[in-house]
Amino acid sequence: MKKYIIKRLLVSVLILFFVAFCIYGLMRCLPSSYVETIARQKSMQPNSKSYEEWLAQLNAAYNLDKGIIPGFFGWLGNALRLDFGDSWSWTVPVTQKFNDVVWLSFVINVITFILELGIAIPLGVVAATHQYSRLDYTISLIALAGISLPSFFFASLLKLVFSVKLGWFELYGLVGRYYNQLDAWGQFLDKAHHLVLPIVTFVVLSIGSLMRYTRTNMLEVLSSDYVRTARAKGLPENKVIFKHAFRNTLIPLVTIVGGSLPGLFTGGFITETLFAIPGIGYTSYQSMVQGDIPFSMFYMVFLSLLTLIGNLITDILYAVVDPRVRIA
Amino acid sequence: MSENNKYDVEKNVNVEENDKYSLNDDRRVKVLSPGAMVAKRFFRNRIAVVGLTVLVIMFIFSFIGGVISPYGENQFFYRYETRLKEIAGAKENTDYRYLIKDADAFTPLVQATSTLNIKSHATEFQIAGSRAVYTIEETAEGLYLIRIEGREIGAITKSILSLDSGTADYELNYNALKAHLGDQKTFTIDGVSYEVDETGGLSREGTEIGYVSEYVVSPIGAVTDFTRDFKEELQYFLESNDEAGHFIRDGQNEKVQFTYKNPESGEDEIYVVAYNAADSRWVIKRYQEEHVYDLYSAPNDEHWLGTDGYGMDMLTRLMYGGRVSLVIGFIVVIIETGLGIVLGGISGYFGGAVDFLIMRIVDIMFCIPSTPILIIIGAAMDALGVDPSIRMLYLMLILGFLGWPGIAHMVRGQILSLREQEFMTAAEATGLSAKRRIFKHLIPNVIPQLIVSATMGLGSAILTEATLSFLGLGVRFPFASWGNIINGVKDTYVLTNYWWVWIPAGCCILATVLAFNLVGDGLRDAFDPKMKR
Repeated sequence: MKKYIIKRLLVSVLILFFVAFCIYGLMRCLPSSYVETIARQKSMQPNSKSYEEWLAQLNAAYNLDKGIIPGFFGWLGNALRLDFGDSWSWTVPVTQKFNDVVWLSFVINVITFILELGIAIPLGVVAATHQYSRLDYTISLIALAGISLPSFFFASLLKLVFSVKLGWFELYGLVGRYYNQLDAWGQFLDKAHHLVLPIVTFVVLSIGSLMRYTRTNMLEVLSSDYVRTARAKGLPENKVIFKHAFRNTLIPLVTIVGGSLPGLFTGGFITETLFAIPGIGYTSYQSMVQGDIPFSMFYMVFLSLLTLIGNLITDILYAVVDPRVRIA
Repeated sequence: MSENNKYDVEKNVNVEENDKYSLNDDRRVKVLSPGAMVAKRFFRNRIAVVGLTVLVIMFIFSFIGGVISPYGENQFFYRYETRLKEIAGAKENTDYRYLIKDADAFTPLVQATSTLNIKSHATEFQIAGSRAVYTIEETAEGLYLIRIEGREIGAITKSILSLDSGTADYELNYNALKAHLGDQKTFTIDGVSYEVDETGGLSREGTEIGYVSEYVVSPIGAVTDFTRDFKEELQYFLESNDEAGHFIRDGQNEKVQFTYKNPESGEDEIYVVAYNAADSRWVIKRYQEEHVYDLYSAPNDEHWLGTDGYGMDMLTRLMYGGRVSLVIGFIVVIIETGLGIVLGGISGYFGGAVDFLIMRIVDIMFCIPSTPILIIIGAAMDALGVDPSIRMLYLMLILGFLGWPGIAHMVRGQILSLREQEFMTAAEATGLSAKRRIFKHLIPNVIPQLIVSATMGLGSAILTEATLSFLGLGVRFPFASWGNIINGVKDTYVLTNYWWVWIPAGCCILATVLAFNLVGDGLRDAFDPKMKR
């Protein structure tokens, strides 16, 4: 087990290295006039340096004056010391900006995650135990609709119904107009009130895949021999489902849910942007659109790291939860 | 025919007995080909059929709809709109104006000092640094004549003389104003006699050449000038309404209607007069018809789904948008499936170092976050100003390239498991070439999964394209796609007021993606009956 984890870790580090290299290479392969455009824009701003100075600074800051490979190792060397440079558009160190905004997204994601688990898993189980019934079709259709729903469309619909027509929530932002006049509890409620619609969007969009996953696995377990045996013993259906079947469905569920834990640190680009919630999704989207290379580079490598950790957790959990799985 | 009949009659007795053992088509056990089995199972799934129907409708809508629609993809529509347009500003002249006879003596300093002295009702003044004495004489009510040491240098008044053509010299100006403000209504200059009437009209030898008034009416915009009659009517209107208190001084836009009977055409022209307290000025507005883009018009008979923010027919845009979205989806899926089959097939079949290399590439590609990459490339293309049609091509290539690892992974897995099965051993034993084994025996067995993943992939490609276009980073105007049609909703005013701009496009995306997913699900179940209990 220990050997397996170490091996996986080493492979992950290697993959991360190449992923970072690919992202870096892509950034470098963007037409050079891209940086020039930004330098020009920056030099247009009042009280700014001249175009040449900006260009030289941008090139030097991002090691663009060297070749791709030396430039990459320069970046990597700094990154290993957790120095990701200064963000161009936020004008603070990348890690500082990241730390400022990521926790808001984290809170949103944790709430979303709990709601998602609480809704998707029971629905999946119900759909599986009532297979081919009207209930099953309805739940499956809703889940599939959630997957097929474009987030921007759903968020806009929510805004139209709940903000414009009913006036229950505000259209944008994290805090209301009188935020500063409220006491601590009031400020908390104000923020919570503003987060309702974004969280609903996240939950509806993410519920589908977990629900389908639960249903598929539950169906598989329900058709297995030990469930038939349990039924043959004359156990009540409730006991069969929750004691025998559901517990075994938990094996794949735990692994996939464990694997999605690192994802709590990411943010929804579109939903956060549409609701103007200043989380990591919104911030990184703004950075990318404005061509803030240090921040984008950092965030993309961070996302890759999260994916790798997620896969690692999934694999390890799979072995831990299911004793039948042997690790080579 | 007759021969046959005769034969039939003769054999009639034995027909029933023969039927029992005959091998006629209707007696045989129905055997369906695997394809027909799949089709049968698929069509038994009601939800999948609904999905397929929706897809067919969407295809007809997008590909045939554009042909049937009477409007073009980029056809703009216009409408006439009457709107209030400012045509003139009127102001009661409350400042003193100077009539200058001798510019050297009547300098701005003298002018300003004279005004101050008029206000304090002085009749004489001096200017520091000079011993000359200036005198002020009120020759008519509100008309002050300024003299230096008895010599006339200019005059000060609030009234204005405007001539129908040309400008008036000092003599004419002064005398006309004096006649208007004073009692004597006639005067003579160089033997020519002039007369000023009650309303301020100035005539030379009986013909009107100008008029005197206390109002300045200045045209705004395209209108160059107004007739004197209009100005007089307006002045009268303003005076009478002002006295009656119809203009509320602190209200910004108290509207009063002014009807002017045009003497030339004999028609009534209606103006709206508003008093602006901030600069004590009247603004005269008039209803004018304008030819404008037919923006955001609500659904009507001509435009069943209204028009969008460019003034184009929404329904037609949706049809062409659907065409773009579907074509992009298909090309992306073709690219990613093609790459996936080739690379996954090579990897799975040959194994070894090639497999290792390809699979590591797949691992890396899995880890690269695709949305940020697309956003960054989109933003870079924005910065470079890439042509919209080339941009669309790039978009397809990039989406296709980002999508292949999943398919390669699946193909490889399938091939690895198929390779070990008996039929492959048999194929090898019969001495078939590697090419034939791969393409005739392996690939056909992977096709079901490929079809399922391609169907699902179509849905997700359309969704990704829509998302990018929504962000303004995908398909660009003048091309329509469902995503960039819905883009309008970013404007809160559109979100609130013009549902037809974004809800139909959103429903199209939802319906199409959902239908692809339903069909994909249905196909999966149809191909893999084991999953069904």
